[in-house]
Amino acid sequence: MKNIKNLIATAVAVLAANAAQADIVIGISLPLTGPTSALGIPMKNSIAMWPTSIGGEKLKVIILDDATDPSNATKNARRFVSDEKVDILMGSAATPAANAVAVVASESGTMHFSFSPIDVSLAKSPWSYNMPQSTLVMSHAIVAHMKKLGVKSVGFLGYADAYGELFLRDMKVKMAGSDMKFVSEERFARTDTSVTAQALKVTAGNPDAILIVASGSGAAMPHKALIERGYKGKIYQTHGAASRDLMRVGGKDVEGSFVVSGPGTVAEQLPANHPSKKVALAHVEAWEKTYGANSRNPFAGHAYDASVVLQKIIPIALKTAKPGTKEFRGALKQALETAGPIALYHGTVNYTATNHAGYTDDTGVILQIVNGDWKLQAK
Amino acid sequence: MDFSIASILLVDGLTNGAIYALLGLATVLVFAVTRVIFIPQGEFVTYGALTLAILQTGKVPGTVWLLLLLAGLAGLAEIYQHWRRHKQIGRALLAGLKILILPTAIALITLWAAPQQFSLLVQALLSVCIVTAFGPLVYRLAYQSLADASSLVLLIVSVGVHFALTGLGLLFFGAEGFRNPPFWDARFSLGAVNLSGQAIIIALASLALIVMLWLFFERTLYGKALRATAVNRLGARLMGISSQTAGQLTLAMAALIGALSGLLIGPTTTIYFDSGFLIGLKGFIAAVIGGLASYPGAALGALLVGVIEAFGSFWASSFKEVIVFTLILPVLFWRSVTGGHSDEEH
Repeated sequence: MKNIKNLIATAVAVLAANAAQADIVIGISLPLTGPTSALGIPMKNSIAMWPTSIGGEKLKVIILDDATDPSNATKNARRFVSDEKVDILMGSAATPAANAVAVVASESGTMHFSFSPIDVSLAKSPWSYNMPQSTLVMSHAIVAHMKKLGVKSVGFLGYADAYGELFLRDMKVKMAGSDMKFVSEERFARTDTSVTAQALKVTAGNPDAILIVASGSGAAMPHKALIERGYKGKIYQTHGAASRDLMRVGGKDVEGSFVVSGPGTVAEQLPANHPSKKVALAHVEAWEKTYGANSRNPFAGHAYDASVVLQKIIPIALKTAKPGTKEFRGALKQALETAGPIALYHGTVNYTATNHAGYTDDTGVILQIVNGDWKLQAK
Repeated sequence: MDFSIASILLVDGLTNGAIYALLGLATVLVFAVTRVIFIPQGEFVTYGALTLAILQTGKVPGTVWLLLLLAGLAGLAEIYQHWRRHKQIGRALLAGLKILILPTAIALITLWAAPQQFSLLVQALLSVCIVTAFGPLVYRLAYQSLADASSLVLLIVSVGVHFALTGLGLLFFGAEGFRNPPFWDARFSLGAVNLSGQAIIIALASLALIVMLWLFFERTLYGKALRATAVNRLGARLMGISSQTAGQLTLAMAALIGALSGLLIGPTTTIYFDSGFLIGLKGFIAAVIGGLASYPGAALGALLVGVIEAFGSFWASSFKEVIVFTLILPVLFWRSVTGGHSDEEH
């Protein structure tokens, strides 16, 4: 047994050494199993469609499953850094696991794209950059839309996890100073068998609007529960729910509700001068050719966006250093922070030395579900 | 909280409690007959609900291929075992074939029926058949050769089976959830309480199933054989009751109950590949309240779990699961104070 282990270790080391000389190595930790596999699996499929080489250098992409477990994510990240000598780290799709990768990234001085919004302040994770829009950016779009419709009281019905808590916190930040406020805060879990009790409590005060913070098909159950309780006000969903699974499971009950999203979800409806239009259409076309009409998915979009960013920064970094070296990793960071605005599927990012969150407040668009389809709302 | 809110919560809690009751009964049944703490009970719920969901889309559910695979493995295991014991290849092949026949027939029927888009009831029946066929195969492959091992070993095997079935569920059904159409799309208003047809079906079906289980154990030979095995395995064997048949029959019943629970709960919530675990665990809590031995105790415990869950979600939704699972502590305390030593077999 030990011999076999040694043999494998040697083989990996030899392969890694070869790789370090030739290719740009990217290590990605994704939740392919476990509770957030609904996020990780489309990302993996999207990564499979990445270009095979950038700037004349071959890309070697290694994906490991972290099963939505932070300790697995740490293990994966350490293996990437010490065994595979990666140039870039990515992942994971759940906040706790992404934080774990960020720790390894800042220890080893390796650039890290998180596929879940995490705290990317310089003090906490100086080498990490957020690929998805932060909850703060999306809260801005929701609060602005609520203001326009004259919403005063809001009910909160969200996941009892980091996603739910962050959204609640950032919504309160954006609401500060206005006469809008949360009148109830209720939590549920994706696998709950019933949210009747929470729905009862949220609808009890009959707020003007209710915000549901959930992802994928998990966002439909609380939505249906609110409708069953006879709630007639406005219902808002977050960008985690901006995929067709919401309509597939929710059916006619989700009709008329509002969903905040990156612009890519409605690539075709964007005005011609929208910076994301071209890049979003390119992804939608390629993706839906393989996975069927209307199969686009926000998480696949984030993984695609990572490749767009790489195509911008790798050629710049290659001018000053060779892949597999500390200098190359530094050059990548330098390139990203000085690249200026980059138009992506999910909006426009502009990473700088002090701003690793990328997106600006005007990123989020509000969609309404009309006849089982998305309809872009005017700003 | 006023009366109307309390009554809505009570109905919600009892509806879920009825499902937990079925799973609690299955857990008690499996433990009594085989001494297995059957963690994967919840997976049968998921498989039942999601098999129906895939049949609804007109595709062949992945559970059919898994069924064939498990049947093939179980058949091989049976052939090997018989050959080693009797050294007669004909007899061994026959034994293997006997295991293969029923799952293969169910699989073939499903392959034929899936694209035909039969009515909901036919598809539901098919889903129940598929999932029920898993029971004996799981017993044959995972537990049969360990039937005399300690409860702890069997528990560890259960955890392994649970992880395997959850992982396979992800492979076959994908990571996104499904919600099945209701069997009875009606609503009744009793004052403030809004009763859905599905809730009535859940209550009636659970009640009917419990009565049928009672009749099975009281009136039929197989039921009495299972009871005998539960009371005294060795004694039952000396009386000519095969503990292997008893184990396979028990798991078939557990799978049947799981699949039915899945069909019942499928229209009221979104079911994911990993939803079953928590649902099954709540059934397990109910079974523990019944001391893993008493059927009425487990059923009452399940209703209690359901109601506490509903009221817990109302008062402190972030601590709902904490409240439900903390329930086990006073129960264990009370049992250990009043019960004395019951685990003399270790």
